Amino acid sequence: MADDGTPAPSDGQWPLWEVFVQPPRGEPFEHAGSVHAVDAESALQNARDVYTRRGEAVNIWVVPTAAITASTPADSGPFFDPGNDKPYRHPQFYSVPRGVRV
Amino acid sequence: MPDSPDAITEFEARIAAGETIEPKDWMPDRYRKQLIRMMSQHAHSEVVGMLPEGNWITRAPTLRRKMGLLAKVQDEAGHGLYIYCGTETLGVGRAELVDQLLTGKAKYSSIFNYPTLTWADIGAIGWFVDGAAIVNQTMLAKASYGPYARAMVRICKEENFHKRQGYEIMATLAAGTPEQKRMAQDAVNRWWWPSLMMFGPSDKDSPNSAELTRWGVKRKGNDELRQRFVNLTVAQAVAIDLKLPDPELRPDPATGDWHFGPIDWDEFSRVVHGDGPLNRERLAARRQAHSDGEWVREAASAYAAKHTAAAAPAAA
Ligand SMILES: [Fe+2]
Ligand SMILES: [Fe+2]
Repeated sequence: MADDGTPAPSDGQWPLWEVFVQPPRGEPFEHAGSVHAVDAESALQNARDVYTRRGEAVNIWVVPTAAITASTPADSGPFFDPGNDKPYRHPQFYSVPRGVRV
Repeated sequence: MPDSPDAITEFEARIAAGETIEPKDWMPDRYRKQLIRMMSQHAHSEVVGMLPEGNWITRAPTLRRKMGLLAKVQDEAGHGLYIYCGTETLGVGRAELVDQLLTGKAKYSSIFNYPTLTWADIGAIGWFVDGAAIVNQTMLAKASYGPYARAMVRICKEENFHKRQGYEIMATLAAGTPEQKRMAQDAVNRWWWPSLMMFGPSDKDSPNSAELTRWGVKRKGNDELRQRFVNLTVAQAVAIDLKLPDPELRPDPATGDWHFGPIDWDEFSRVVHGDGPLNRERLAARRQAHSDGEWVREAASAYAAKHTAAAAPAAA
């Protein structure tokens, strides 16, 4: 890794950056794909040219791929388990008197 | 995890349940290999596909046509990049993929080994070649591998413009002078059969089809997709009074499909194996473009190195 957190190219290949774009109407950022670029500034320009040719975005984030920490699919069962056994977090869990719209 | 029978059963159950497979998920080695082959061929096809049309950018008949064609070719570059980045998630490097194309080790769609002789060919490519690509890519947008499916969704949004600009070129020529109409018809005659070949051999003769179908990469067979393309295109040809060059073309009341004549698979196989009209020229053009870009890559690396060096004392 370089000092700025950019992974150094290993095989003469420029570092990989993950691209996130925000659509024009206030939706959250969404992963679009990736680009190779020498630095953050050119990653941003490449991302614009590759992923936003038709006004798809009002903002772009580029993140060094190596800087992303991700959950592991093999452990996804136990990892997401705490959220899976709590039906009382959903409105359907609660009953209301017949005929009342709540 | 090795490719144990249990692991494969679990994997196939996930696909049967309609789950997408993501880069870090376990997958059979063979699934990974097939996807790398198929996705990289697809990416190479987008890249090489720029050449037949790029050939006409400076000779487009009007500024409107030139802008449209330029934008389309730029999209194809983008398509190549979407799919390369998807392929890289399977653990193969970009440099390696580019190398496979430039050394002739990897294949790309044979259609791009045919020449673009007149301006009408640009119309025929948009109408037929992108039209066929839409049929194929709409199916692939439901592929079991997430990054591939998502790249296809992105691509499909852009392809309709490609097809319509091509069809508009053809409709304009077909309604023009007798000479323009002849030119349009000639392009149709030359591009029709190679476009039907784009879907690949009949499924029973296609060695990879069964496996790709079983693993949900392909959701429909080559013949089914080809038939769909023919059914869609016949009415479009009739509407602009151009004739598809197939004496056997007729509606089949039993199936509701358009019956079409036999495809010359010997020609297909010749072109796939390197003996198409322009195989050598296409590869030479790609190699030239890659080496012409060397100074840009060098300059960008030098620029980044200089900035890293300048930033180093502050970071230390
Ligand atoms: Fe494309
Ligand atoms: Fe296209």
